Amino acid sequence: MKITPATRFAVVAAAVVLTLTSCAGTAAPAAPATTATKQADSLAIDGAWMKAADGGMSAAFGVLENTGDEDVTIVSAATPASATVELHETVANDSGETVMQETDGGYVVPAGDSFELAPGANHIMLMGLANPVKAGDEVTFTLTLSDGSTFEFDAPAKDFSGGNESYEGDTDMGN
Amino acid sequence: MPAGQQPAADQQPAAGGRLSRRHLLLGGAAAGIGAAGAIGIDLAGRAGGQAAEPPAEAALTGAATVPFYGAHQAGIETAPQAHVTYLALDLADQTDKAALRRMLRILTDDAARLSQGEGALADAEPELAVRPARLTVTIGFGRRLVERAGGAAPGWLRPLPAFGVDRLEPAWGGGDLLLQVGSDDPLTVAHATRMLLKDSRSFGALRWVQTGFRRASGSEKPGTTMRNLFGQVDGTVNLVPGTPDFEKLVWGAADGPGWLAGGTGFVLRRIRMDLDKWDGLDRPGREASVGRTLTNGAPLTGSRETDEPDFAAKTAIGFPVIPEFSHLRRARSADPNERILRRGYNYNDAPTGGSISNAGLLFASFQADVDRQFVPIQRRLDELDLLGEWTTPIGSAVFAIPPGCAEGGYIGETLV
Repeated sequence: MKITPATRFAVVAAAVVLTLTSCAGTAAPAAPATTATKQADSLAIDGAWMKAADGGMSAAFGVLENTGDEDVTIVSAATPASATVELHETVANDSGETVMQETDGGYVVPAGDSFELAPGANHIMLMGLANPVKAGDEVTFTLTLSDGSTFEFDAPAKDFSGGNESYEGDTDMGN
Repeated sequence: MPAGQQPAADQQPAAGGRLSRRHLLLGGAAAGIGAAGAIGIDLAGRAGGQAAEPPAEAALTGAATVPFYGAHQAGIETAPQAHVTYLALDLADQTDKAALRRMLRILTDDAARLSQGEGALADAEPELAVRPARLTVTIGFGRRLVERAGGAAPGWLRPLPAFGVDRLEPAWGGGDLLLQVGSDDPLTVAHATRMLLKDSRSFGALRWVQTGFRRASGSEKPGTTMRNLFGQVDGTVNLVPGTPDFEKLVWGAADGPGWLAGGTGFVLRRIRMDLDKWDGLDRPGREASVGRTLTNGAPLTGSRETDEPDFAAKTAIGFPVIPEFSHLRRARSADPNERILRRGYNYNDAPTGGSISNAGLLFASFQADVDRQFVPIQRRLDELDLLGEWTTPIGSAVFAIPPGCAEGGYIGETLV
């Protein structure tokens, strides 16, 4: 199930401004999207889904695909389901454990390549769900790219108990 | 593999290097064309004196797929796969109409992906999904689910009337949601079943599981009538997909509720077969009980399986060749509307209590109107059927099978 780039650029961009403020160092040039090719036009996602949860934290996954000739950088994500959304990565900490933490600089989807978001690896982290997200709910996500364009997709929620994820600075994920 | 690609399982030549008419009919038009093409290549290779490729490669069938999306659900017209698991769930009290919609979207997405050889979303073992081997997942609704959705249930969507021969065990009956999972690969069935159950656990509880099997894929010519564990050819008289009879008697529920258009009715009867008692019956007695030969399933008045029985034929001493009490005679109706699609399987579970057999038949049938088509047949068998000496119905369940859906839709969207 592939989601094609959303074209509701202006409307969505306004809604995403709040979350952008938390991403230091990723100033998004508000490119006039009239003539130049937007990064969002070459982005797609395959197999998007998120983890159902009664509250607290959750995460979204899928395979981002870049069909264009230039790298696409995702600088932030937003969803009505959660006020705070972070782009997380998997790293080894000082004691050798694999932990998840917010990325510094977002996700880069290489030109003509893909970037996987999966349990136990890179994922879009939802910190503080506004309401329970039940299995089968469709949740909309908006990714903001480094050229200011946005890409929207829907992810169904699924019951999922896997991953055993641990988070840097947050040992209790609530699952 | 894109939807519509030819199932490799059907790409094997029939004996003698040609395709039987029955195979063509059962396999459907698309499969038939694919098979004919493949056989052309195969024969060309032989004509050249050298095999075109190693036999082991040619025999692989794990990649074969059955299209998921369509007017009707898959797993009904589909030539029966070698393995099946039927699951029935009871809905949780809190599973309301909105929850049903969420559940059906998820199950549809799982079924669509898995049937095409892709892992489901959130699939923890996606490597097990890559050999669909004609996997189909068919979804059915019990009366309570239809009522929970606020829909009108067809009159026949209820437990079958009680029959005198029944010894029904509650463990094998009822249920609000049916999942029929079929594949030629039992590992694929296990994985799909696991995925579907994981994704339905928020909505209901598992009520029963029944697993069945036929001969392994590739073990005999596709379209061969199955044998049950009594050794009988079982299911000779059957509706053939693509025929006007099939359209009318399986898909033709003209007077049913609108949401069921393109759907059908499903009956699953768990018939225990007493293999130990059957052992005590000699071969003529076994053949007389059914009215067919054990060798090839021909009626006792004929020589081939497909021969029409001659019910008027008498023995030298004046008895009917096909006995009055035989299963063949009792199951047959003079009314051509009293016919069903049989798609049954054998079961052979672990014996208990010191016995050495626990086997039988999962009698599975599809029919547009259970009351008008299935019930009259079962009534006649209930009144008289010598085979009943060795068989006992111990489970019974009835479901409505909603129509298929298009990509982007979900099974049950016409109801909820």
